[in-house]
Amino acid sequence: MADEKDVMRARDISQVSAKQRVGKVLFHILVYAFLIIMALIILFPFYWMIISSMKTYEEYIRSVPTLWPHEINVIANYSNAFSQASLSRLFLNTLYVGVVSTLLSLVITVLSAFAFARLEFKGKNALFAALLATMMIPGELFTITNYQTVTVFGWMNTYTVLIVPFLVSVFYIYLLRQNFLQIPNELYLAAKVDGTSDIKYLWKVMIPLSLPTLISITILKMMGAWNSYIWPRLVTKDDHSLITNGLRNAFTANDGTTNYPVQMAAVAIVSFPLFLVFVFLRKYIMKGVSRSGIKG
Amino acid sequence: MVDSKHQWKAWIYLLPALVLILVFTVWPIINTVRLAFLENYNMMTALKGAKFNINFNNFIKVVQYPGFKSCLLNTVLLCILTVPISTVLALLIAVALNSIKGLQKFLQTVFFLPYVTNSIAIGMVFAAMFNMVGNAYGTQNEIIVTAGIINNIIEFFGGTRVNWINVGSSYLANMTVMVIYIVWNALPFKILILLGGLQSINKQYYDAAKIDGTRKGRILTRITVPLLSPMLAYVIITGFIGGFKEYTSIVGIFGEKLGPADDAGRLNTMVGYIYDSLAGKHQGRASAAALILFGIILVVTLINLRVSKKRVHY
Repeated sequence: MADEKDVMRARDISQVSAKQRVGKVLFHILVYAFLIIMALIILFPFYWMIISSMKTYEEYIRSVPTLWPHEINVIANYSNAFSQASLSRLFLNTLYVGVVSTLLSLVITVLSAFAFARLEFKGKNALFAALLATMMIPGELFTITNYQTVTVFGWMNTYTVLIVPFLVSVFYIYLLRQNFLQIPNELYLAAKVDGTSDIKYLWKVMIPLSLPTLISITILKMMGAWNSYIWPRLVTKDDHSLITNGLRNAFTANDGTTNYPVQMAAVAIVSFPLFLVFVFLRKYIMKGVSRSGIKG
Repeated sequence: MVDSKHQWKAWIYLLPALVLILVFTVWPIINTVRLAFLENYNMMTALKGAKFNINFNNFIKVVQYPGFKSCLLNTVLLCILTVPISTVLALLIAVALNSIKGLQKFLQTVFFLPYVTNSIAIGMVFAAMFNMVGNAYGTQNEIIVTAGIINNIIEFFGGTRVNWINVGSSYLANMTVMVIYIVWNALPFKILILLGGLQSINKQYYDAAKIDGTRKGRILTRITVPLLSPMLAYVIITGFIGGFKEYTSIVGIFGEKLGPADDAGRLNTMVGYIYDSLAGKHQGRASAAALILFGIILVVTLINLRVSKKRVHY
C-alpha cells in the first residue's frame, strides 16, 4: 500500500513540474510577444516616415496603401523638401546657434561648477541652493519678461536672441559640480603646492576627468537647439529662424492640400542627424537624461 | 582656506553665470509677478510712459476669457489620461525587459529611440498616419481618396474608419490621437528610469519569493512595485509637470491652428494660452496666466509628494 502511495506522489510531482515548465515557456512566449508588439508600435512611425518619403504623390494617396514603394521617387522628394522649406538656410542657422551656444555654455558651466566645487567663499551653499530652487519654475514664466528684455536690448531677429538667454543652465552646473566633487581634493592641493594656476589645473586635470559629463552636456545642448520651436518662433522672422520652425507649414499649399511625400522627406531630413546621435552617442544621452528628465 | 584672495577669485569665476541668471532668470521672476498685477499691462504703451492700476483684473480677465476653460480642460484631461497610461505601460515594458535575456539590449535600444526625436517632426508623421485625404467628410458628397494608414489597419481588422483629425472630426477622436502620440513620446524616459530602478533591486527578494512559491502577479504588486516606488514617484511627478506644459506635441499634430481646420484652437492648452496672450501683446494677462499655471503645477506636485510620502517605501 505504502509503495503505491509513493509512486502516485512521485507521479503527481512530475506532472506538476511538467505543468510548471509548460507554464514557464508559455509565460516567456507571452512576455516576448508583448515586447515585440510594443517595439513594432514604437518603430512604425519611423518606418512610415521613411517609406512615405520615397513614394510619388500618386502612390501615396492610393486607397490601398503600399507597404514598400513601387516607384522610388527619393531624389525628387528630398530635393523638393530642401528647396520648399529653405531647409539649407535653416540648417545653417541652427548649426551656428547650436555650436556657438554650446561652446559659450560649456565655458560658463565649467567656471561656475569649479567655483562651487573647489573654491571657498561666503554664502556658497546658500547661493547654490537658491540656484537649484529656480529649476522648479516653469520656463513660460521667464519667457514673458525675456521677450520684453530682448525687445528693449534691440536683439529681435538676431542670432544673439537665440543664444544669450539660454547660456546658463543650473542643471548643467549642478551635473558638472557633482562630477568635480568626485575628483579628490588632494590633487588640487598638490597642484597648488607645485604652483600650478587654477586655470591650468582645470584644463589639465578637471576637464579630462569629467569629459563624459561634458559630452552629455554638449549633446543635450545641441539637441536643444535642433528641437527648439517656441522661442525662435516668438523672436525671429524667417531668415533667422531654426530648423523646426520651417517644418510645420511649409508643405501645405494655399488650397490646403499637402504634398505628404515631400513633407515626410523634410521630416526625415530633420530626424536623420538625431538618429546619428542616437546610434553613436546613446550612452551619453541616457546618462544625462536619467538624472534630469529634461528634454533638450 | 577662506581668505579674501580666494573669495575674490570665486566671484570672478561665477561672474558670467551670475550676470546672465540675474538678467534672464531672477529679473523675470520679479517682473512677471509685477506685470500680473498691473491692469491691462502692455509693453509698447508702458515704454511710452503709460501708468497702470494695480489690482487683480488680469487674473479675472484670464479666468473669464471664453477660450480659457477649454485650454484648462484640455491640459488637465491630457495630464490625467497620459500620465497613468504611460506609467503603467512603461512599468510593464520595463518589468518584461528585465525578465528576459535574449534581445534585451536590442529591445532596450528600440524603446529609447522615440526620446531622441523632434516632437514637431514626429507629430507630423503621426498626423500623416491619421490623416484622410479627400473632401466633404461625413456629408453625402464625401470623397475619400485615401483614409490613412491607421484607418486602413482598422478596416483590415474589420472595424470602421474614423475621422481622426480632419474637418468634422470629433473632440473624442482628436483627444485619442493626442493621447496616443503623447504616450508614445513619454514612454522612453519612463522605461529608462524604471528599468534602471529594477536592475538595482536585490535579487534575494525574488529568490525568497520563489522558494515560497509566490505567484508572478503577486511578486509584481508586493515586491517589484513597492521597491520601485521611489522611481515610480519620480516619473509620475515629472510626468505631471511635463503634462501641464503640453503644447508642441499639439502643434506637431494639428499645426499652429491647434485644432481641426473647422475648429481652430479646440485643442489649445495653458501654455498655448500664455503664448497667444503674449503674441496679442497682452503681457499682463500672459503673466497672470503663467502664475496660474505655476500655481497649478506647484499644488499638483505638493499633492504628489504628499501621496508618495505615504506610499513610497525606501
